[in-house]
Amino acid sequence: MSIDWNFIVTSLPLYEKAAWLTLKLAFAGILLSLVIGLLCSIILYFKVKVIDIVVQAYIELSRNTPLLVQIFFLYFGLPKLGLKMSEGTCAIIGLAFLGGSYMAEAFRSGLEAVGKSQIESGISIGLSRIQLVRYVIIPQAFSVSMPSLSANCIFLLKETSILGAISIIDVTNLTKDLIGMYYRTFESLAMLVVVYLIMILPLSFILSWLERKVRYAEFGN
Amino acid sequence: MQNLGIDVIFQGKNFQRLFEGLLVTAEIAFISIIIGSILGIIIGLSRTTKSKAILFINRIYLEAFRIIPTLVWLFIFYFGVTTALNINLSGEIVSIIVFSLWGAAEMGDIVRGALQSLPKHQIESGKALGLNYFQLYWYVLIPQAIRRMIPGTINLATRMIKTTSLVVLIGVIDVVKIGQQIIETSRFEFPTASFGVYGFIFFLYFIICYPLSQISKNLENKWNK
Amino acid sequence: MDKNNNPVLLEIQDVHKEFDDKEILKGINLSLHTGEVLVVLGPSGCGKSTLLRCLNGLETIQGGDIKFKDMSFTEKKANWQEIHEKIGMVFQNYELFPHMTVIENILLGPLKVQKRNKAEALAQAEQLLDRVGLLDRKDSYPRQLSGGQKQRIAIVRALCMNPEIILFDEVTASLDPEMVREVLEVILGLAKQGMTMVIVTHEMGFAQSVADRIIFMDEGKICEESEPNEFFTNPKTERAKHFLNIFQF
Repeated sequence: MSIDWNFIVTSLPLYEKAAWLTLKLAFAGILLSLVIGLLCSIILYFKVKVIDIVVQAYIELSRNTPLLVQIFFLYFGLPKLGLKMSEGTCAIIGLAFLGGSYMAEAFRSGLEAVGKSQIESGISIGLSRIQLVRYVIIPQAFSVSMPSLSANCIFLLKETSILGAISIIDVTNLTKDLIGMYYRTFESLAMLVVVYLIMILPLSFILSWLERKVRYAEFGN
Repeated sequence: MQNLGIDVIFQGKNFQRLFEGLLVTAEIAFISIIIGSILGIIIGLSRTTKSKAILFINRIYLEAFRIIPTLVWLFIFYFGVTTALNINLSGEIVSIIVFSLWGAAEMGDIVRGALQSLPKHQIESGKALGLNYFQLYWYVLIPQAIRRMIPGTINLATRMIKTTSLVVLIGVIDVVKIGQQIIETSRFEFPTASFGVYGFIFFLYFIICYPLSQISKNLENKWNK
Repeated sequence: MDKNNNPVLLEIQDVHKEFDDKEILKGINLSLHTGEVLVVLGPSGCGKSTLLRCLNGLETIQGGDIKFKDMSFTEKKANWQEIHEKIGMVFQNYELFPHMTVIENILLGPLKVQKRNKAEALAQAEQLLDRVGLLDRKDSYPRQLSGGQKQRIAIVRALCMNPEIILFDEVTASLDPEMVREVLEVILGLAKQGMTMVIVTHEMGFAQSVADRIIFMDEGKICEESEPNEFFTNPKTERAKHFLNIFQF
């Protein structure tokens, strides 16, 4: 079987462009979902009345439905109510909507892992509630949550593969188009796999490094 | 407020067709879960060997599914394998193959995790009682391992069910595809159909997956007392 | 040494405390004078740790009152920040913040709660660290230290808030025997300097040398209260005698 290197070389710029788009959308979605997740988990941790039920409902709804259907709803369904958004916006909102609940779960387990006696220790030196959250609880919660958070980041990056369904030229959609146009199936798929490796492996290493850095996990010992 | 396009679902045979689509989804998911579980258990057990080669292959296999998105795997098999082997596989078959392989990879990891988390002294006390390898597994380890596997397995099943929504992108007529067809054909009578139909499909996935995740949570709570 | 004529810092009046419908403290009356060191002894479950935790508000009381100078703990307007500043606590498991260095742990209170000048607080922190012999560890993380070192740092952390009273909750119970001494010596040093303290401990030899008064508790009540020498050589109540016998072999 011969490999059409010419095709590969000429397609590289297309893949590069698609990869940047993928990364940008993923990054925006991840950032937003971290913010949403943190807020939700704090609301649940402090058992804020009424809002915590809304948050729980949100988490269950977003975790139990596929991203594809969520995005179709955002992109094709909402315009019928007069709310039309660009595909990029829909993508980011979709990723953030789903990602937010995953991040909330990750943060929640981190918050719950902070020992009661750590909190008492903070109280005993006179820290106010907000100071407790800021100086004692969140840093430690973050350390425990980090593995889940980083797994979620990789998950969200992979989920961008479905964005082609709303006409976004991410790397997967590009590959599908190229196969349809030039029939260079093997080369296209090979490049697709390589691009994902290039996008994901470094991210995974960085996240692992971060995980190790924040692991004060030998609590008290 | 103008109608949200929900009534289009109840027009003619639409409701019935949606459920037929759901059946396709369920079929793919169900078969894949079963094949995946069986394969996965075998893989999981194989990971307890000392053979570095087997462990290495397993590792690559798992990482392959962890790095490459499921949709890409679907494309690889649907476009790639069919071209390479010059055969014509339907979207359904490709889906079942990919999901089974994915399920097996994850299941293998769940099984390995469950077996490794068993306290070592269980094995020792079993041996001290004179149990042979087979009896040890059957009476002591497997019952406990199964208990630890169940939350992960249900979680995996839920994820697989959600991911089956992707098969519409390789041409399978599942519930999402039928929804799209309904929206297309109802464009003039029910211009707001997309809201109602996608909303309904959203709801369908929810009522399938939510009970599953609740069961998993309840079991976990019950057993982690 | 009779410190009973010193001003009363903490007044504990008929304090009752419940947990899940079970009464743990059944009417405690106690006065703590400036410069006094009280050691609270008693069998497990007698309520001594609970009493200690009531003294800085970690536990709420259901009956009676606790007054720090003239501030009542049960008043709605109780100024808890001031109470926490003035009444420090050292825990059995040190409870240093694992994500901060030693010096950051010590300075968190002074800088963020008391809003003191950084240079001044740092100078005090370093001086205190030097006194316990750990100045060279100020940039270490808790996980790099031994139990005894962590506990001494926990004491410095409490001291740096300039409290008027320090509470010690079984602070050597988690330590390996060879580290117990270094911590107890720090506490003895504090006693000599006139720090007012309430100590819950199982270290009998230490109790005898550091205490001005021994409070013996049993089943939620104060059973006996006396000078240390008297308590250890000639306990008055049956229960105290029984308790002390446990430690003789």
